[in-house]
Amino acid sequence: MQGLEDLYREIILDHYKNPRNSGTLESPPALKNEGYNPLCGDEVTIYVNWDGDKIADIKMAGQGCSISRSSASLMTISVKGKSLEEARGVIKTFKSLLSLADDHETVEIQTNEDLRALGELAALQGVVKFPVRIKCATLAWNTFSQILDEIDATI
Amino acid sequence: MGTLPEMPNLNELSFDPKVIKKDFPIFSQNRDKPLVFLDSGASSQRPTSVLDAMDDYYRTTHANVHRGVYALAEEATNRYEAARLKIGNFIGAPNPSKEIVFSKNSTESLNLIANSLGHGYLHAGDKVVLTKMEHHANHVPWIMLASYLGIKLEFIDHDEQGRLILDNLDQTLDGAKVVSLTLASNVLGTITPFSQIAQVAHSYGAIVVGDASQYVPHMPLNVKELGADLVAFTGHKMLGPTGVGVLWGNLKTLESMPPFLGGGDMIADVRLESYTPNELPYKFEAGTPPIAEVIGLGAAVDYLNNLGMQNIANHDRAIMKIALEKINDRFGDTIKIYGPKDYKERSGCISFSFENVHPHDISQILDLHGVCVRAGHHCAKPLMRELGVAATARASFHIYNDEDDVDALVEALAEAQRYFS
Ligand SMILES: Cc1ncc(COP(=O)(O)O)c(C=O)c1O
Repeated sequence: MQGLEDLYREIILDHYKNPRNSGTLESPPALKNEGYNPLCGDEVTIYVNWDGDKIADIKMAGQGCSISRSSASLMTISVKGKSLEEARGVIKTFKSLLSLADDHETVEIQTNEDLRALGELAALQGVVKFPVRIKCATLAWNTFSQILDEIDATI
Repeated sequence: MGTLPEMPNLNELSFDPKVIKKDFPIFSQNRDKPLVFLDSGASSQRPTSVLDAMDDYYRTTHANVHRGVYALAEEATNRYEAARLKIGNFIGAPNPSKEIVFSKNSTESLNLIANSLGHGYLHAGDKVVLTKMEHHANHVPWIMLASYLGIKLEFIDHDEQGRLILDNLDQTLDGAKVVSLTLASNVLGTITPFSQIAQVAHSYGAIVVGDASQYVPHMPLNVKELGADLVAFTGHKMLGPTGVGVLWGNLKTLESMPPFLGGGDMIADVRLESYTPNELPYKFEAGTPPIAEVIGLGAAVDYLNNLGMQNIANHDRAIMKIALEKINDRFGDTIKIYGPKDYKERSGCISFSFENVHPHDISQILDLHGVCVRAGHHCAKPLMRELGVAATARASFHIYNDEDDVDALVEALAEAQRYFS
């Protein structure tokens, strides 16, 4: 069906059906933040174990559609093991992918190489064509971003 | 509340939805696919006659109402007040010129009620009874009152089919000062035994409030028989424009209530440090009202009357029956349908979910087929929580929907299910 493949890439369906890093971490010590999409009732909880230098572990729980669940799953993979700085970089790249970054923050994604470097995250690019779904895609990321702010405040 | 036939049949209806569609310009716009609009529960479409009434008013008659002494202002006032009478007569109001109050929507009508009753009538510790299936519009205003006034909220429960449980009704309603509930659930489709509850509530001296937002668009309503003291509904779900809602109240109750918003039109006199409220209904209509929208709603009522609300109710039943049958036949156990199983106990909408397909994804795939349904929590989060879901998909119907729309829904749902299996 025309249009559908753009949104529901195979990677997205795979992460929806088999979400990675799904579950919870004991909190405390894990940092925990809940996010809601008041429009549709989707909920996500992100758990992060911060070891002082990097994201030692990350888990996500909650309810949501294929876009919000797969986006959360892809996010956990792409930020696990990353430093604060690196994780922020991933968020910027993700926002650029969805054309959501402020001008000065936009990371250029022009060549196929740029896209390849993004890895599986690039599968979310199709969401741009479905503006109502952008909120689904960003829910976990915004929730995670607030945890980074919390970490930032302690170091 | 009228009686409805046992087995209506779409082919035996007094009007043909296909012909009706021609009165609604939205269905004749150029699109890749024909529009299958199944979200009238959120907001219906409107016929040309409603658009024309508003357009004509703006082109020929606009001036502020109840103010100028010139002829134009008088004509605007006349049209506005004529719509009030029409809308009042539509719901059987005994004194339409005084008992019909215009607001922005159901939400504002219900906030008016909660606020006004919260100033003088309700006090800390008083009991207000709701159901667990209220729209946020008839729930949050009471929670707000509870938080600043200290009233207590109690809830009439429902069974697993979404039918209110009346076993402990006396116990629940004993001592209640307000009982406020929906006539028809916007999620479950349940038609509630409103009049029966109102009667018991009155025996305990409660003020009874009805949220008729989902009822008025589909079924004949007569407030003389309903047993409510106050009723709220909203223009845009009943073929009228957005921006206008209605509060009906019996004279005794409305007269006992203090104003909600203050400003122009709602006063009889103002001194530096005091005011005298205007008479009914103006005491509740502060500021310039939605004049064109009220006139548009009057035209919507004409349109509904012309078809006949009993005929509209027959259509509602017929389409509900066919939709339930076809969905059940096609999807059996793989679909979960919320609310009463018997089509005769429901109205307007069908909420459902598939085990492996999230409502958002359902509605996305349906959209690619030109089928519009609502996905989400339907402004009833406590109910969603109880159902154990974050969201459901909801198909809702109105007079322009026919069997083809149901077939399009079923086909698109099958595609969604295939896609995610
Ligand atoms: C049962 C019920 N009550 C109240 C409302 C609120 O209507 P409005 O948004 O027009 O104020 C709705 C609309 O969704 C509803 O379905």
